Amino acid sequence: MLAYAIRRVFQSIVVLLVVGLVAFSMFRFVGDPVDNLLGQERTDADIERLRGVLGLDQPFPVQYAKFLRGAVQGNFGVSYRQGRPVGEIILERLPATLELAAVSAIFAMVFGVVLGIFTAIRRHGWAAHTIMTVSLIGVSLPTFLIGILLIYVFSVELGWLPSFGRGDVVNLGGWRTSFLTESGLKALILPSITLGLYQMTLIMRLVRSEMLEVLRQDYIRFARARGLPDRLVHFRHALKNTLVPVITVTGLQLGSIIAFAIITETVFQWPGVGLLFINAIQFVDIPVMAAYLMLISVMFVSINLVVDLLYFAIDPRLRSDRASAEASP
Amino acid sequence: MSAFARAWQSDFAWSFRRSPVAVVSFIVVVVLVGAAVFAPLIAPYDPFDPATLNLMNGFSKPMEPNAFTGETFWLGTDDQGRDVFSTILYGMRISLFVGFSAVLFAMVLGIVLGLVTGYVGGWTETIIMRIADVQLTFPAILVAMLIFGVAKGFTPVHLRDEMAIWVLILAIGLSDWVQFARVVRGATLVEKNKEYTQAAKLIGRRPAAIMFWHILPNVMSPVLVIATISLALAIIAEATLSFLGVGAPPTQPSLGTLIRIGQGFLFSGEWWIILFPAVTLLALALSVNLLGDWLRDALNPRLR
Amino acid sequence: MAERVLRVADLTVEIPTRHAVLRPVDQVGFDIAAGEVLGVVGESGAGKSMTGNAVIGLLDPPARITGGQITLHGERIDNLPADQMRRIRGNEIGMVFQDPLTSLNPLLTVREQLTETILQHLPVSKAEAEARALAGLEEVGIPAAARRLDAYPHQFSGGMRQRVVIALALCAEPSLIIADEPTTALDVSVQAQIIALLKRLCRERGTAVMLITHDMGVIAEAADRVAVMYAGRLAELGDVRDVLTNPAHPYTAGLMASTPLAAQGHHRLNQIPGTMPRLDAIPDGCAFNPRCPRVADKCRKEPRPRVEEGDRASCWFPLQEAVA
Repeated sequence: MLAYAIRRVFQSIVVLLVVGLVAFSMFRFVGDPVDNLLGQERTDADIERLRGVLGLDQPFPVQYAKFLRGAVQGNFGVSYRQGRPVGEIILERLPATLELAAVSAIFAMVFGVVLGIFTAIRRHGWAAHTIMTVSLIGVSLPTFLIGILLIYVFSVELGWLPSFGRGDVVNLGGWRTSFLTESGLKALILPSITLGLYQMTLIMRLVRSEMLEVLRQDYIRFARARGLPDRLVHFRHALKNTLVPVITVTGLQLGSIIAFAIITETVFQWPGVGLLFINAIQFVDIPVMAAYLMLISVMFVSINLVVDLLYFAIDPRLRSDRASAEASP
Repeated sequence: MSAFARAWQSDFAWSFRRSPVAVVSFIVVVVLVGAAVFAPLIAPYDPFDPATLNLMNGFSKPMEPNAFTGETFWLGTDDQGRDVFSTILYGMRISLFVGFSAVLFAMVLGIVLGLVTGYVGGWTETIIMRIADVQLTFPAILVAMLIFGVAKGFTPVHLRDEMAIWVLILAIGLSDWVQFARVVRGATLVEKNKEYTQAAKLIGRRPAAIMFWHILPNVMSPVLVIATISLALAIIAEATLSFLGVGAPPTQPSLGTLIRIGQGFLFSGEWWIILFPAVTLLALALSVNLLGDWLRDALNPRLR
Repeated sequence: MAERVLRVADLTVEIPTRHAVLRPVDQVGFDIAAGEVLGVVGESGAGKSMTGNAVIGLLDPPARITGGQITLHGERIDNLPADQMRRIRGNEIGMVFQDPLTSLNPLLTVREQLTETILQHLPVSKAEAEARALAGLEEVGIPAAARRLDAYPHQFSGGMRQRVVIALALCAEPSLIIADEPTTALDVSVQAQIIALLKRLCRERGTAVMLITHDMGVIAEAADRVAVMYAGRLAELGDVRDVLTNPAHPYTAGLMASTPLAAQGHHRLNQIPGTMPRLDAIPDGCAFNPRCPRVADKCRKEPRPRVEEGDRASCWFPLQEAVA
């Protein structure tokens, strides 16, 4: 277990170093940072001085090492477009994205698992058939169209919910949250559904197929042969076994929620890091792009790591015999 | 029996005829692709020829004569008086061109890298497959966005709009090669050790010839399935990027760009400017997707 | 004679398919007394397991019972509502499956699986149920049972797991056990132990056993009576000694001749020519007629005779005359 954990942590660090290299190469080779930072009126002396300040005269590996050191400290340089430190801009915008992603993830997981179980248990009923057909259309539907449709129905036609922005936010020691005001909560509804719907569909289909697979297993037949009621067979025997594989995929889905937030944030003009990233691409604001890439990699890699380690907590077969013997009284 | 009749009698055609979903999807795809290819012949107007545009025609409602000019447009016009039907036909051309080209690019790249890593092995394999693993950690759309951003950075400012379509193809293609490479590599590892490959080696055929003449034909059916499903994903990816404003430019609008433009008129009540491109995109993505699903089932009896 | 626990009469199971209605169990009848072991033997696909599943009410749709009766202690159970049938499963009828590796839920401890079953069927407290769980494990011969109670299934060997499965099947004191190939997946060295264990426990408690197997050796060792099945039909039914030493149905005879039984002293094994027909191609008349050495015109045309009281074999020309 420990050896496995160490190996996984090591692999994660390697992935981060590779991504860091990509981010740094973007930083270093896409456009000339000196060009980007100095205005039209510049002298050769200015250029030389800035090259020295930025460390561009040093060998590549040294520059890379310095970049990594800066990255670890949250220092990604200055945004070409806004002229402010990138770390600061991202920190300011991060709460909006994290709150949106969290609500979407909870929405996707709760509804995905519940509907998945429902469509598996009642797989011959008309309700399950309807849900499965709709979900097939759902996976083909681009996220931004879902967002636009929701805006049209609930903002334009019905006028119930806001179509853009976060509503009123409350500043809690630098973390600006929209959880504490009515308009903030209302503003969260449509973006969360838009962002969570696709993941919900995936989770639902996965839970369903895993559950159907589990329900075919001998131990489910044996549980029925022992006269256990459907409630116990489904929720004690089948669900637990279903969730083991579901957890990995779901975990990875949560990572993509943060990435897919880019689309939802653009549709709803949600002031998060995703919208920041899209604007950065439009204006080729390389430091912001590089910083976003690093940020999202750290999130992805840590989620993957946590998911892998969670496996051990759930599946006793993966624990060593000694570990489980110690765990039992 | 003619070749056509033989094809009609095959298991493949039989399973096609028996699936109404596949038949309908196929018809929709053929109609849409045909409409896109022959857009210049079908479209009543050339939306990109400023000479034919009349601002007075702006915001015409579908199927209703315009209040000023009395002209009628099937699907209405946008703010500049462009015929929505014509812009959709031309937009679909761009969407499909980007989609097909990106998948083709991803396919060729994936097949070559898959064959090489599977057949040659060694450090080439290690490096390429590690890159693939890292890339797979991230959603394809994010990879495409990054590649688009970086490529845009390399493009001179005055060429950016002009090059956008090619950059888009590059970005979507590069974000999608991994699954082709994985499948081809897996199959290559299996075929490599079979007798016929060994025999080809013994009679002295060059590795490149063995890879393309002996191994490649064996992996074509999974590649075809992935390509179809990739096409649906590529069309959606292109639409998404263009919608986000990091894809096809307004001078060469794809379906995604049209939806981006139409979103601005959602609140003012001109629903047709966004609805029709959106429905077209949906029909295209859904039918290609369903066709891909069916193809996967038809070519892999084991998965049924 | 001891009390008759199970009576199966004219049981027919059908599976409707696109092309035809298949009949994996066709008018099968037998009964089992308390403390008696009935061996059900036949090739795979002969309908043995399907019969067992029909008795315990676990047929997978679209398979369903379309004829006949199943009575347990004189009461019909084949037409009970699902919920009442569920109460009988585990409580009145226990079942042991073939593969102990897959019959236990890998994510629940042995204690959890035993107590949930006991609490489901018996009016006892949680503590009482745990005590019974422990007693059950000790009874099936699990060493250091108290310590093993909290182990997960993967921590047991195959033979030990099958002991746990037997403990689970017996924990609510059923009057009938259906054991479906209980030793097929086990090492040969363990098989005899499991059979002996099953036989001992059932004899002590007076539990009736329906022992489904394709292994004539297991039948010879454990069964009191034996039912031979062929293509969904009962070919022969009788005392184990009679059937094994003086088979009446030509199929049973063929089966015996092709089984390496040490007692019989055959040096060369015989084969029955051909294979069992598929369910959608069962011949008219006697299902065995294309492979039968004693086949006559009558066998191809007239419906087969059925096994009745006194008539041991379903055959127009039995090898042995009925024992009056």
